[in-house]
Amino acid sequence: MAITLTDAAADHVKGFLDNRGKGIGLRLAVRTTGCSGMAYVLEFADEVDDEDVVFDDNDVKVVVDPKSLVYLDGTELDFGKEGLNEGFKFNNPNVKDECGCGESFNV
Amino acid sequence: MALLQISEPGQSTAPHQHRLAVGIDLGTTNSLVATVRSGSADVLKDEQGEAIFPSVVCYGTEGVSAIGLQAREQAAENPYNTISSVKRLIGLSAADIAASSVGMLFRFEETDSTVPRITTDAGPKTAIEVSADILKALRVRAERSLGGELSGVVVTVPAYFDDTQRQATKDAAKLAGLNVYRLVNEPTAAAIAYGLDRQEADSTIVVYDLGGGTFDISVLKLDKGIFEVLSTAGDTALGGDDFDQAVVDWFIAEQNIEVGDDATLQRLLLDQARAAKHSLTAAAEVPFQIEHEGSSYNSTLTIDVFDGIVRPLIDKTLKSCRTALRQAKITKADIDNVVMVGGSTRVPLVRQVVSEFFGTEVLTDINPDEVVAVGASLQADVLAGNKPDSDMLLLDVIPLSLGIETHGGLVEQIIPRNTTIPVARAQEFTTFKDGQTAMALHVVQGERDLVKDCRSLGRFELRGFVPAVAGQARIQVMFQVDADGLLTVSAIEKVSEVHAEVQIKPSYGLLDSEIESMIRDSMAYAKDDVAARMLQEQRVEAERAVEALDAAMAKDADEFLSLEEKQQILTARAVVAESATMTDAESIKHALRKLESVSEVYVARRMNSSIGESMTGKHIDSYEKQDNPS
Repeated sequence: MAITLTDAAADHVKGFLDNRGKGIGLRLAVRTTGCSGMAYVLEFADEVDDEDVVFDDNDVKVVVDPKSLVYLDGTELDFGKEGLNEGFKFNNPNVKDECGCGESFNV
Repeated sequence: MALLQISEPGQSTAPHQHRLAVGIDLGTTNSLVATVRSGSADVLKDEQGEAIFPSVVCYGTEGVSAIGLQAREQAAENPYNTISSVKRLIGLSAADIAASSVGMLFRFEETDSTVPRITTDAGPKTAIEVSADILKALRVRAERSLGGELSGVVVTVPAYFDDTQRQATKDAAKLAGLNVYRLVNEPTAAAIAYGLDRQEADSTIVVYDLGGGTFDISVLKLDKGIFEVLSTAGDTALGGDDFDQAVVDWFIAEQNIEVGDDATLQRLLLDQARAAKHSLTAAAEVPFQIEHEGSSYNSTLTIDVFDGIVRPLIDKTLKSCRTALRQAKITKADIDNVVMVGGSTRVPLVRQVVSEFFGTEVLTDINPDEVVAVGASLQADVLAGNKPDSDMLLLDVIPLSLGIETHGGLVEQIIPRNTTIPVARAQEFTTFKDGQTAMALHVVQGERDLVKDCRSLGRFELRGFVPAVAGQARIQVMFQVDADGLLTVSAIEKVSEVHAEVQIKPSYGLLDSEIESMIRDSMAYAKDDVAARMLQEQRVEAERAVEALDAAMAKDADEFLSLEEKQQILTARAVVAESATMTDAESIKHALRKLESVSEVYVARRMNSSIGESMTGKHIDSYEKQDNPS
């Protein structure tokens, strides 16, 4: 399994990284907080730790720590719009329940 | 499914705790709102993809009946209820408005209130309320675009706005339900948008802002990531609209058109002029055609003709540029960057002339309509805590005055409250006693006149300077509040160059409510404070006089005074000393005057003698020594 990005997500990530002027890629993680148990973390990655797993999809490096990978493996990162709002979405096959807002989840 | 944004490393928030922050450019003609998403700053658009929000509100009997573009479009049908350019009124009193021409644009209620109210179908409206309605609309757009409630905003204001205008802008934002992190000067925001605040070296920046109806020029100094406004100048009645009118005038003259009062024709001509102006930013010539009531007028506007038409207007802006440079006491050679703001800076000739004037290529990469809002959003992002601490940049005001204790427990304010930080102010003090070689400095905060009613922030001592006669030492005390609100007080004695300093965080541990009550107290006790200050000043004066008199008399009372004169002076001295222990400022003053008059003779004789000494110089001195070997 792996972590993948849709074309839209990859384009936006590349644009944001260019604009930021530094960073090697994207860091995805989960944190054990939130109303439904766990929450996604989506950050710019400036460095890779020894134990990190790095995926390369659509010309974007995705850095994940091994513990988070357990919850994230198979996830596809997408970028979409809802009305005036726009942002990234996690399509995570491991998720059983999401809180209403989708910011936190259960496996 | 929530839509997520990319955070800076380590800055991810817990679910539902996003720190959504926007920057708002609340303009005279147009307003914009921008935000930082996934590290990139962008203006927020409405459903039609429009970023620009006309600062126009139309009121009906039910309240706001139209706002923004819609309100502007129907302005002609309902002129008295359609309020535009309200920014020109904000923070002004009825008296201010009576003294200027801005009042012409509005119809005011007749009231005794000092706050002017505009008459509308929805009732009287203050400039703050109208501004709040504009801000509310921008807030709705922002919250719908970001998918949540805003945690805070940065609103931009012209650099020349005074405290009242700034406070009024803040009040408007509060009324719109916004939490204002900070007001930022428009030119500062523009410079931030270009990342000029991230430069290593100090630099001088000019912001050239030519909007639709106003022209502002600001000179900023960037010192270690901190902006200071050196000067501002401009013309409140010069902008792109004047370019359009100049083109219309050209066309009318060329085609011999009788316009008269024909509002439709005027509108047609202006629209055509504006369109031509826009086209000429890319093309070398455009057709200029008007069809009106069966007549048709055709011409071609070339870029050369256009340049000739607008050149006098651009030259007018250069005049303001010269004024601004003069006020900032700098020359063109000192300028590192010129930032272009406002839609009219798209005109190629404007860019060319301004580049030539300052001798440097002007910055135009960021959309000049959006650059202020973009800069404000970058600042808002930092203030919301979405950036690592190292990127923190604060521009704020100090909530309470900062000062120093002077002799007699009085407060000498060095930095008054509401001064924007960072700030540095210096004041010179002197010694109180002869031969003094040290000085205790007590830094206090508050609005009251007596040290005991203020908050003590810290004490330090300046020691080891050269002893001199009271009042002769020159001690410069410098208060510096940096961008983080950290206060450094340093003192230096100028002759011996002894130096000491202390660092304090003045706002630490103070709640808003405490600050408020401290300010309220200063109002409530204003009278008592004045009386206390008067008394204390008289006491200090008495002490100083007695001190000086004693020192002099110990030296040469017998030489210059008869026994009777000496007795008189001593009696008067006793009265002064006695009255200084009482609480009546007037009686101390009186006693001091008495002492002054009886010791006049003594002072005069001493003075004559010392003049004689200094005029005859050393020769006599040494002669005397030889002559009187006692």
